[in-house]
Amino acid sequence: METDFFCHEIETLSREKLENLQLQRLREIIASAIKTSFYNKRLAKVGIKSPEDIKSIADVRKIPFTTKDDLRQNFPTGLLAVDMSDIVRIHSSSGTTGIPTVIYFTKDDLNSWTELVARSIYATGARKGDIFQNMMSYGLFTGGLGLHYGAERIGMTVIPVGGGNTKRQLQLMKDFKTTVLHITPSYLLHIHESMESHGFNTSDLSLKKAFIGAEPHSENTRLKLEELYGIDAYNSYGLSELSGPGLAFECKYKAGMHVWEDAYILEVIDPETGKNVEDGQEGEIVLTNLIRKGNPMIRYRTRDLAYVLTDSCKCGRTHRRLSRILGRTDDMLIINGVNVFPSQIEEVVMRIPEVGTNYQIYVDKIGALDRLTVKVEIYSKMFTGEVKQLDALKKKIAEELRASITIHPLIELHEPGALPVFEGKAKRVVDVRPSF
Amino acid sequence: MAKQINIFIENRPGRLESITGILSENNINIRAFTIQDRGDFGLIKLIVDKPQQAHLILADRGLACALKDVLAISIPDKPGNLHRLTKILSQQNVNIVDTYGFVLEPGSKGVCCLEIQTDDDRFSRLQDLLAEEGFEILEDQQLYEL
Repeated sequence: METDFFCHEIETLSREKLENLQLQRLREIIASAIKTSFYNKRLAKVGIKSPEDIKSIADVRKIPFTTKDDLRQNFPTGLLAVDMSDIVRIHSSSGTTGIPTVIYFTKDDLNSWTELVARSIYATGARKGDIFQNMMSYGLFTGGLGLHYGAERIGMTVIPVGGGNTKRQLQLMKDFKTTVLHITPSYLLHIHESMESHGFNTSDLSLKKAFIGAEPHSENTRLKLEELYGIDAYNSYGLSELSGPGLAFECKYKAGMHVWEDAYILEVIDPETGKNVEDGQEGEIVLTNLIRKGNPMIRYRTRDLAYVLTDSCKCGRTHRRLSRILGRTDDMLIINGVNVFPSQIEEVVMRIPEVGTNYQIYVDKIGALDRLTVKVEIYSKMFTGEVKQLDALKKKIAEELRASITIHPLIELHEPGALPVFEGKAKRVVDVRPSF
Repeated sequence: MAKQINIFIENRPGRLESITGILSENNINIRAFTIQDRGDFGLIKLIVDKPQQAHLILADRGLACALKDVLAISIPDKPGNLHRLTKILSQQNVNIVDTYGFVLEPGSKGVCCLEIQTDDDRFSRLQDLLAEEGFEILEDQQLYEL
């Protein structure tokens, strides 16, 4: 296969030139970071007072990690490097508590992000002339809008349908002869399972490719999807703190995700010691964004576990590749592509007076889709003896959780003392989904 | 008014038994009971001979329970009498939240327990009407000691 590049020079830069480019861009990011209240103090502590204090790319390792907790404590503008009037877009993702993570983009930041997404899409072989149905959620989540603008930049025909409503998705795929999807693997499986009941079959579809992401999945899941639909499925990785999609994407060889190293410094660390590990060794991914000047992000601990592939890719790109995401170093749950922290659920449940102190988070699968059940105990002293109180309580918990975690859980009410008592919050989570 | 104990229970085997067990150990007599089912949970509603005591005992065992007022109406055990009662309720536009009945003396007397949705004014008018029609609203002791 001959490789065709979106940006030939950048994608095939020698490692030496790539590192020089990284160094130059890191200095620019340091200059921006110094303008933020958070990094100003943090960089000064390690003796970095100007971009010139960065002598080599290895100097990035002098800078302490940035964590989700740092983002929470500096919410909402502690990492903002420009005047708010220069920000043209805000995205957000779940925080570990009620305080979300916020991400800001200037006009230039959006443009460079869009270029990366376009480059990623192009690497899979998708082109102008493809019909792209984007089934990821639009809105604050970066997955929807990120791919949307990247696909438009290539000149693909974009159907911005967002998630859910399977029958409508199928009808759109049929009517417009959709060739490329952006979707979570579980939803793509679900569509196949329910296709017949909606009166469709795969011969109604013109699919060629699917970009799958936002949730962990196995190679077997990919192969199954490829076989069920007769398509190529490409793995992708991104998180909103680092601008979401377009961070790492598989090329047409589907042999691991290229991390665009002109735009990100990729490190893998031992999550216990914080020390960098060699390529090929599993560890926590740490990323520095080199192109987002409005909202710098340096050495962000993703909590995602993976390893860097050591062999070179047949496509000729010099940017290193990342394995699939193998797990998390924290207790974050991914439910149908939505990130949920148990602490977010606890915060909501514990502020409802009719609920006792014990609760349980139960996750299973119904068909291909994940299902979240939150089990709570009734607080006896608040019980009025009426069914309507219990019905209202269930509804209230479900609505407040939906407002916080954006998904609608099932609520189960239990008698006081009926749920198992645990010391730590992690054990309150019972996840019976098959593991990878 | 008569007192009824409402107990929140999960819908799984053994839950009713645990309640009857506690009551039995404490020598409390159950006059009548019903279960309002809500799928994965339900409410057990009990008329017992010592409602205050039973409530304390059950609450002490950690159960979510509450004492509720219930309208217990004595009805002669003859065809047409329940209809006369429901007609009054319907004419007064009183909505029934939950109800159950039991026979106290076969061939002679039954009891209809009603949880209704109403305000104080309408309730006192309803009491008057029921009395006019010859229905007796049973008080605690009448109900428990029958």
